[in-house]
Amino acid sequence: MSETHHDSCAHHGYHHELVIKDLSVSYRRVVALEDISLATSCGNRVALIGPNGAGKSTLLKAIAGLIPRDRGTILWRGTTVKKWSREFAYLPQREEVDWSFPITVRGLVEMGRYPQTGWWRNFTPADDQAVDKALESLALLDLQDRQIRELSGGQQQRAFLARALAQEAHVLLLDEPFTGLDRNASHLLGDLLEKLAHEGRLVLASHHDLNTVPQLFDEALILSTRALAFGPVTEVLTPELIARTFYEPVGK
Amino acid sequence: MDFELIHNPFYQRALATAGFIGFANGFFSGFVVLRRNALSVSALSHTMLPGIALGIFLTGALSQWNAFFGAMFAALLVGLGSVAVARGNRVEQGTALAVLYTAAFAAGIALLPKLDTRQELEHWLFGDIIAVGNTDIWIAFGIGAFTLLITNLLMRPILLTLFEPNVAAAQGVPVRFIQYLIFALLVLALVSSLQAVGCVLSVGLLVTPAATVSLLTDRTSALFWGGGLIGGIGSVAAVLLSGTFGIAPGPAIVIVLGLLFVAAYLFSPKYGLFTQRLR
Repeated sequence: MSETHHDSCAHHGYHHELVIKDLSVSYRRVVALEDISLATSCGNRVALIGPNGAGKSTLLKAIAGLIPRDRGTILWRGTTVKKWSREFAYLPQREEVDWSFPITVRGLVEMGRYPQTGWWRNFTPADDQAVDKALESLALLDLQDRQIRELSGGQQQRAFLARALAQEAHVLLLDEPFTGLDRNASHLLGDLLEKLAHEGRLVLASHHDLNTVPQLFDEALILSTRALAFGPVTEVLTPELIARTFYEPVGK
Repeated sequence: MDFELIHNPFYQRALATAGFIGFANGFFSGFVVLRRNALSVSALSHTMLPGIALGIFLTGALSQWNAFFGAMFAALLVGLGSVAVARGNRVEQGTALAVLYTAAFAAGIALLPKLDTRQELEHWLFGDIIAVGNTDIWIAFGIGAFTLLITNLLMRPILLTLFEPNVAAAQGVPVRFIQYLIFALLVLALVSSLQAVGCVLSVGLLVTPAATVSLLTDRTSALFWGGGLIGGIGSVAAVLLSGTFGIAPGPAIVIVLGLLFVAAYLFSPKYGLFTQRLR
């Protein structure tokens, strides 16, 4: 399956590879991540799995450039990412967002364009088109004039994804995107992530439900401050490894 | 209403100042409402009292500059101090702010009897807009124009930061800088309203206008421009009405703004208490 993804990515003719080497992060001398290395390419959906406090959110934030790293390099398409990249989009956990903020869905998606427009430039027809396209591909056109607080959980996730699309981000860094979604919304989001990956994007998401990993993701990183395993989901999700990571048997 | 008063230069200055401070602070109140930090604004406003007292104590005289710089110094010290304490992860920022500002306020009260300019000090505590001189107008005008200019130039990064600092940072916004900037502008706005409504009531001008607008509309930009209009028009109307009712203009401004808020709360077409009942 992941081979076809690589194909769809390769036809863009770019070298779309994300390489992380020896990444370490600490908060006030407490080590949160140590020597994380991985290489993946666009077209993939990568799950970050591990117990609470394993550093899943920290890894996403470090890649997005939100927290300083002690050591390590991040390469995207062959170029070192020093602090942040316009091609990365970070989506916070849903409960971290102030949903009562008075802004419409369209307004939220337009914010994604600011890296292109800068702080002053007005929106051009091209910007408006990018916003329209993002809204359309996440089926939000009908909801574009709604306030974000009026959205359901799944719609809120989609609004942030649309914002990332308007930004023309290639790497989507999602913190627990499936948490709190009902079955339907989960399904829809799963399909959307598959579509986004198929279009040539790289999806990295922290995820805590081991049962749904195989159908939602192509690759998995098992994390517990250090990287315990990384590779295709079928190879990585072995009962032994999971038991070692979570100190408890698989399943419920 | 006493129309003779309109020709009085003091009165004219008072109206101009009220309108301008009302507009500038009403505009800024949009950020306070979006940032949900009305309480810390209140804390900072109380901090200006010991600041002014300290300014007088150190220089031995009460002048606008002493009061302004004293107030600004104290507000910055307490505000930034609370941020620094909160960095230690042990004490939450609201807690740190409450500790620091009450301590500073107490120090100010302790210092007051030692000053021999108590009469004039009341102007600063409660404002005396009729007494504004030309310098005051220029200070208020300067600060207001500066705040309006900066916030309009940086509207996009400010809104990104207020909405979601992490997402903003991932888009390359210098979030830390913007947060300090908003704080510094907030202190400036507070200081600029000292002469009109005094330090304690300055919160009213910096919270109420946009809070009122937020009951009327969901448009983000309306919070700023609408807040400015309500603040400006409300303040001018309050000064005009204050004579008729025989109350001081400073409190009158905050009362009028408060009444407008209550009216919006009750009768707002979209979110009013009565209008929702009727549906």
